[in-house]
Amino acid sequence: MSFYEGLLFYLLAATAVLPGVMILFSRDIVHAAFWLLASLAGVAGLYLYLGADFLGFTQVMIYIGGIMILIIFGLMVTHKQKISLSQLAQKRLLVPAVITGGIILTALLYVINKTTWKPTASEEMEPTSADIGYLLMSDYLLPFEIASIVLLVGLVGGVYIARRKEREA
Amino acid sequence: MPETTTGALIYQILELLPFLKELPEFLHIPMLMFVTGLIPVTVISLVGLVGVYMERKVSAFMQIRLGPMEYGPWGTLQTLADGIKLMGKEDIIPREADKPLFILAPIAAFVGVFLLFIAIPFDRDIIVVDLNVGIFYLAAVASIEVVGIIMAGWASNNKWSLLGAMREAAQVVAYEIPVGICLVTVVIVSGSFSMVDIVEEQKGLFLNWFIFRNPVMWVVFIAFIIASLAELKRAPFDLPEAESELVSGFHTEYSGMRFSIFFIAEYGAMFVASALIAILFLGGYYTGIPFLDNIDGILGILIRVGALFGKAFAFLFLQMWIRWTLPRIRLDQMFYLCYKVLVPFGFVAMIITAFWQMVLPGDGFMSLGWAPGLGK
Amino acid sequence: MHVQFANIVVFCVVGALFVILNVSVVSRILRPTVRDPEKYETYECGEPAIGSAWIRFDMRFYTIALVFVIFAVEVAFMYPWALVFKQLSAVGPFVFIEMVVFLLILAVGFIYAWAKGDLEWVRSIASQRGGPEGRSGSNPGNQTDSSERKNAA
Repeated sequence: MSFYEGLLFYLLAATAVLPGVMILFSRDIVHAAFWLLASLAGVAGLYLYLGADFLGFTQVMIYIGGIMILIIFGLMVTHKQKISLSQLAQKRLLVPAVITGGIILTALLYVINKTTWKPTASEEMEPTSADIGYLLMSDYLLPFEIASIVLLVGLVGGVYIARRKEREA
Repeated sequence: MPETTTGALIYQILELLPFLKELPEFLHIPMLMFVTGLIPVTVISLVGLVGVYMERKVSAFMQIRLGPMEYGPWGTLQTLADGIKLMGKEDIIPREADKPLFILAPIAAFVGVFLLFIAIPFDRDIIVVDLNVGIFYLAAVASIEVVGIIMAGWASNNKWSLLGAMREAAQVVAYEIPVGICLVTVVIVSGSFSMVDIVEEQKGLFLNWFIFRNPVMWVVFIAFIIASLAELKRAPFDLPEAESELVSGFHTEYSGMRFSIFFIAEYGAMFVASALIAILFLGGYYTGIPFLDNIDGILGILIRVGALFGKAFAFLFLQMWIRWTLPRIRLDQMFYLCYKVLVPFGFVAMIITAFWQMVLPGDGFMSLGWAPGLGK
Repeated sequence: MHVQFANIVVFCVVGALFVILNVSVVSRILRPTVRDPEKYETYECGEPAIGSAWIRFDMRFYTIALVFVIFAVEVAFMYPWALVFKQLSAVGPFVFIEMVVFLLILAVGFIYAWAKGDLEWVRSIASQRGGPEGRSGSNPGNQTDSSERKNAA
C-alpha cells in the first residue's frame, strides 16, 4: 500500500511543482495561465492526499473554477493582440521583481521553518467538513463574520474599479 | 484492503470478476479502480447514443416529422452510424491553431464531465465512491468543464470560437451562483454532503421527497432546473453556440472525433444534470412507493436503477421540450435572469428553508400530522 | 491511503485514455488523410481570415467573473454551515441568526452592485459614449430599447 501512497504523493507533488516551473519558461501568457491551472490542480490533489477533503474541493471550485476564469478574462479584456511574455519582461522591472521575490521567499522560508511538520498523512481518513462547520459556528465565529465583510469590501471595490476602467475604455 | 474507505461498487466488482483476485496484491486497487472507471465510460457513451437519438426523434415529432428512419427499426441505429461516420472523418487542426491546447481541450472537457459520474448514486450500493463531500465535490468539479471550453476557444484561434467560449464561460460562471445556492439549500434539508445519504433521507412515501419538504422548496427546484439549463447551454440559453450568429461557438474549428468528444461530454453533462435534479429533489433512485422500494435482490436493484434512469430521462425530455418551445433569450436577459431573479429568489428560499428546518425539523410538510416518519 | 480520492486520479486517467484512444487510435485507423492547404485555413465564413482572433473583450466579462469569485467564496462558506445546521438548529436559533447576519452583510454589496447598475449587461455603450453621466444602469428608461445594443459584446 505504501508504494502507492508514495507514488501518488510524488505524482501530485510533480503536478504542483513542474507546471510552476513551466510558467516561468512559457513564452505565451495564456499558456502560463493554463500551467498555473495545472499547478493549482496539483495543490488541490495534495490537500486531498492529506485528508483535507473540504479544502481540496474548495481549491478546485474557487481557484480552478473562479480565479482561473478571472485571470483569463483579465487577459482577454486588457490586450488587443496576442502578447508574449518576453515583451512584458522589461529590464527596468528587474530590481522591483527581485525585491518582491526576495520578500516572498523570506516569508515562505520563515513559515516553513515555523511549521511543525507531521511526517505522515493521517492513517484514518476522517471527514473534515462537519468539523469546519462546527468550528465556524463556535470558535471561529468572529473570523466567519469578518470574512463576509472582507468579501463585501472585495465585491464593492472590485466592481468599482471595473466600472471606472469601463468608462476609460 | 480498507473496507471503510472504498466505494461498495468496487467490492461488488471483485465478487463478479474473481480473476482480479489472482493478480498480485499491489495491482488490486488500481485494477479495480480502472475497471470501475470503465462502467461510467460505458454509461456516458450509451447516454450519448440514446440521448442524441431521443433528441432527434423528439425534435422531429414536435415538428410533425418522422426524424431518422433509415438505419434499424425506427432509425434506432442512426446515432451509431453517425458515430462511425464521425470516427472516419479526417482530423483537421487548423494551421493557425495552438496545437497542444487544441488537442488538450477535448480531454479537459471530457474529463471534467466524466469525473461527475463518480458521485452519482444509481442505487444504494451502485455508486463509484460515496464521497463524504459528495455534493460539494459535484459543485467543484462541475466548474472544470468550462476550462476545457475556454482552452478550445482560445486554441482554435478563430473569432467565432473565442467569442463563443467567452460567452459560454461568462454564462456558466454566472449561473454557478444560483446552482450553488440551490445545492446549499438541499444540504440544509439533508444535513449531509453524501449523495447516498441525501437519497436515503427521501426514502418512504413520495411526500418525503425534498421538493415537498417545505413550502418554498419548489422555488429552489425550478431555480435549479433553469440554472442547470443555462449551465448546459441548452436552449433557451444556447447563446454561446448560437448557430445563427456564432457559427457554432467554441467548437467551430473542431471536426471528426474531437468534435464528437465534446458532443459526448455535452450529453453526459445533460444526463448528470437530469439525474441530479432527480436525486436532489425527487427521491433519486426511490420510486416514492414504499412497497416497491423495499423489494430486495436483483429485482429491487433493477427497479431502483430504472427509477433513477426514468426520472433522468424525463428531465432530458423536458430539456428537449423546452428547446422547441422557447426562443433563444438575449444576452442581457440571460444575466438579468441570473442576478436579478434566480440569485435573490434563491437566497430568500434558502433562508426560509433554514427557518422552516429550525422550527419544524421533520419529514415533508405535506406528511406532517398524518404520516410522520413513514419508511424511516 | 485515501482510496476515495485516489479514485479521482484514476478516473482522470481513464477519461483521458478514453479520449486519446478514440481520437488517436481508433479514429486514426478509420480516417483518411488527404492534405490540402485550404483545409487547414481558419474558418471565417469562407473568406480568408482577417487579423488576429485575439480581440479585446468588453470589461463586463471581467465584472461577471469578479462577482462570481466573490459569490463562490461566499457559497463555499455556506456549505459547512448548511452541513451542521440540522444539528445546531436543534440547540437554538443562534446558527440561523449567524447566517442571516453573514448574508445581510453581503446583501449590502449585492444591493450596491445592483443599484449602481453593475449587474446590468446593457449599460456600457451608453456609459462609454456619454461619459459618467450617460450611465443607463440606474435609469430604467434606457433599458427598453436594448435590442439594438444587445450584441455589444
